[in-house]
Amino acid sequence: MIRDITIGQYYPAESVIHRLDPRVKIVCTLLFLVSLFIQNSVLGYGLATIFLVCVIRISRVPFKFIVKGLKPVVILLLFTVVMNLFLTRGGETLVHFWIFTITESGLRTSVLMAVRLIYLVIGSSLMTFTTSPNGLTDGLEKLLHPLNRVNVPVHEVAMMMSIALRFIPILLEETDKIMKAQMARGADFESGNIIQRAKAMIPILVPLFVSAFRRANDLAMAMEARCYHGGEGRTKMKPLKYRARDRWAYAVTLLYLVLIFAVGRFVSFRLWIF
Amino acid sequence: MEMIHAEKLVYEYDKRDEEGNVIGTNRAIDGVDIDIPQGSFVAVLGHNGSGKSTLAKHMNAILVPTGGTIWVDGMDTKDPDELWNVRQTAGMVFQNPDNQIIGTVVEEDVGFGPENLGVPTDEIWKRVEDSLRSVGMLEYRKASPNKLSGGQKQRVAIAGVIAMEPKCIVLDEPTAMLDPNGRKEVIRAVETLRAEKNVTVILITHYMEEVIDADQVFVMDGGHIVMHGTPREIFSRVDELKSYRMDVPQVTMLAEELRKRGLDLPRGILRREELVEALCRLR
Repeated sequence: MIRDITIGQYYPAESVIHRLDPRVKIVCTLLFLVSLFIQNSVLGYGLATIFLVCVIRISRVPFKFIVKGLKPVVILLLFTVVMNLFLTRGGETLVHFWIFTITESGLRTSVLMAVRLIYLVIGSSLMTFTTSPNGLTDGLEKLLHPLNRVNVPVHEVAMMMSIALRFIPILLEETDKIMKAQMARGADFESGNIIQRAKAMIPILVPLFVSAFRRANDLAMAMEARCYHGGEGRTKMKPLKYRARDRWAYAVTLLYLVLIFAVGRFVSFRLWIF
Repeated sequence: MEMIHAEKLVYEYDKRDEEGNVIGTNRAIDGVDIDIPQGSFVAVLGHNGSGKSTLAKHMNAILVPTGGTIWVDGMDTKDPDELWNVRQTAGMVFQNPDNQIIGTVVEEDVGFGPENLGVPTDEIWKRVEDSLRSVGMLEYRKASPNKLSGGQKQRVAIAGVIAMEPKCIVLDEPTAMLDPNGRKEVIRAVETLRAEKNVTVILITHYMEEVIDADQVFVMDGGHIVMHGTPREIFSRVDELKSYRMDVPQVTMLAEELRKRGLDLPRGILRREELVEALCRLR
């Protein structure tokens, strides 16, 4: 039951997108997110759609899988749409009954907002689908490296992230084990109201924390025994290196960004109210 | 040439009550002298709390003695300048297979040690491949450690140590949390390693069967070394071993009982074949 939760989901497949340098994917994802915010026109969203669909096709991640990733934001999405639909005033009134009014600009904002939100989620989850968690931490470490100069412990944070990723399944398994052990002694996790259920979690959390600390202690010792002494003087088994395809990816994304910018600036095109 | 040499080694720690006040000191190791020659296979036996794990942690400078001195390949472990050299010279494998694997992929974990040592990338790949092959885990190089059995994880941990090219490997109860199959896997891996790479192996354990092939056996009790000798010498002193709450291999036990009942068997029989042979010779 607990194991159904997947964090930092990765969809292993053989594709150009998967093989891209993680730094490229992080930067390009950010650029794509920016592109969604610098314009607000049908043409712009059309461009974004083309770009996104192309990337999805190249990445060979099934469309169904991507749509599943939208589930957690459905409520937020509905909330935004409804709020924008009824509360934005301006332009002609399209529908009016009792206290509800839907205006032209209300419809416009809510639809565009919904599209923006969906693309936001798809764009960023496409990054995690195509990049292994380790690649992601490696990429972040390399990208944030300049922050070292202002005393941000970039290497340590990246190391913590990758260790956390390694221990998530172990701790989940342990939680399962503790739950079963407590259930065998008559603990009840399923009935009662929220407060009672939260209280029932205490006998799980306490042993879980104790064991997590013990593990952390052991792991620290094992790391020291293998000569770990921070990021200094460390070499990489899999160093990140830009290749031709990475430069192409940057070029394509930049081109896209320029196009979006140009469309927002110079082309006016209206489709009904949008 | 001595790989590890200790003189009057003492390790004390504070005993605390529940509020954390010091109520006295405990001596986990009390005046231990030990000599381990280069290239030998040494086993340290002892029941829980005998100080054997504490001794192991001294060989890797994870613990520093509070009294006496221990030298690893001629380096004093108390010298902070030599710390990383000591740890590279004496690699350590711990008990819990889950808590010593750092990487999320097998090959990345094996590469962790060499990365820390600053080994160039190409060399890391070579070392990773070599060490995974020598423990027979090469086909799992791309696997996630979470999908491996206990014995396999422990072999990966051993590979991770070998990749640092140590002169000596200290295994601190590597089989304590494994099932019999996993135990065999790990011991076999250690044996091939010894044959191939000529590293000094120090095996801390409480399974008697694992020490039969050792060159020397030390038995610890209450922080002291109470017995020392070849496996045959040690196992021929069955009653003494029992007084330290140690078990003797079943075959040795059987031979000893038979001897007590008047059969003319030699002392210190270690293997089943030996007993069979000795019994056949009786007729």
